[in-house]
Order: sequence, then structure tokens, then C-alpha cells
Amino acid sequence: MPNTFTLIASSTVGAGGASSIDFTSIPSTYTDLVLVCSLRVSRASVVNNTVIKFNGSSTSYSERVLYGNGSSAGSYSDTQIYDVNNAANSTASTFANSQFYIPNYAGSTNKSVSNDSVSETNATAATAQLVAGLWSNTSAITSISLTDYSGTNFVQYSTAYLYGVKNA
Amino acid sequence: MPKPTRIEINCETGEETIIELTDAEIAELAYQAELAAEKKAEDDAAKAAIEAKKQEVLAKLGLTADEVAALLA
Repeated sequence: MPNTFTLIASSTVGAGGASSIDFTSIPSTYTDLVLVCSLRVSRASVVNNTVIKFNGSSTSYSERVLYGNGSSAGSYSDTQIYDVNNAANSTASTFANSQFYIPNYAGSTNKSVSNDSVSETNATAATAQLVAGLWSNTSAITSISLTDYSGTNFVQYSTAYLYGVKNA
Repeated sequence: MPKPTRIEINCETGEETIIELTDAEIAELAYQAELAAEKKAEDDAAKAAIEAKKQEVLAKLGLTADEVAALLA
């Protein structure tokens, strides 16, 4: 990892679970942000999705997704930006891996987002996906919220690490 | 039953706070769950329609799925 990466903040979900992980008061002193997640949710499925939102906004998002899941591959568009996470029917105690990259997050142009994520399970097909996302808003990003697509909880030991990148 | 919570991390102070959801936030989660269930039902119906179409074509051709796979291998 380049020595320009600086850990801004991190969180590990406790025993009670959490419906969202919110990073607030993000400093504007970096050029890019990187959010590295290891997530699992309580929904009764193998794979689910974690939605990322900025500054509490629920509008003006778009994404193009490429995915493969062991039995099929494809692409689609959506009006939210999300990765894949593990859900309750995946192998016990396994978590998905995901990284969001947000360049020029403090600038005054629309915000692009890329994501690379893969779920983890030993019994059935896992899912990998790449996302090209856009938040059509020119505000500087000062907060990031992660929530489960289906409104269930992140389970204990899910983690999220937010890094700042300078001179990217 | 305890209310669901969220984690808030203040990046300036490093302080992590666990906050109970408001009734409005709980309602929003329930709404998200409904939307997700509706989308899954739509996706499942679309997949079922494609599979039915495949079977219809196979029936017209008088071939089984295994025979088609052998032809394309």
C-alpha cells in the first residue's frame, strides 16, 4: 500500500449488530478516499448488497455493474451505488471483501465512485462485481453512510476502514 | 425488544457512538426491506419467464437441454 494512505477512522460492529455504519466530519485534506469493508448482514440469503450514500443524500446516484456468480455473468444499471456483502445463508463466520475508491471527494464536481467486491461462501456460488458509480452532486463529501440494501443489520465483527489518500 | 442501532464515527474526534434509530429511520428500513422484496420477486419472475421461454423453444425443436448442451460443446 502506498505510504500516502492514512487511516482516517475505522469501526467494528459489536454484538448487537448495526443497521448502518456512518463516517461523519470527514476532513477535506486528502485528494481521494478509500473505504475498505468486510461485511456480513443478517438477511436470510447467501449474498446481499451494501448501499453507500454521501452527505445523507438519497438522490442523484447511478451505477453500472459487471458481475459474475459462478453460474452466470452480466451487467445492469441501477439508481443506487452498492457492493456485494455476505448474508446469513453464506458459510458461517465468513465476510465479503469490498473496496470503494472515491477520487476528488472534496472537489466541486460530480463525484465518481468505483467499487470492487466479492462475497465469500464455501457451499454455493459466490458473487464478484465491479461497479462504476456516479453521484451527480457537486458538494464536497463530508459524510459516508453504509446500509444494507434490504434494511437488515450488519452482524458482529463486520468492519469498515476509511483511508485518505494524498498525492494519488 | 431493543430498538435497532447505527454506528456513527466522527472522523475529526475519532469518537464512535452507537445511536438508537428513530421511529422514522425504522420505518425507512422497513420500506427498504419492502422494496428489496418487491425487486427480488420481479427478478425471480423475469428468470422464470426466460426459463419458460427456453423450455418452449426446446419443445418446438424436439430437443432436451442436455442435447442442446452437447451440440454447443
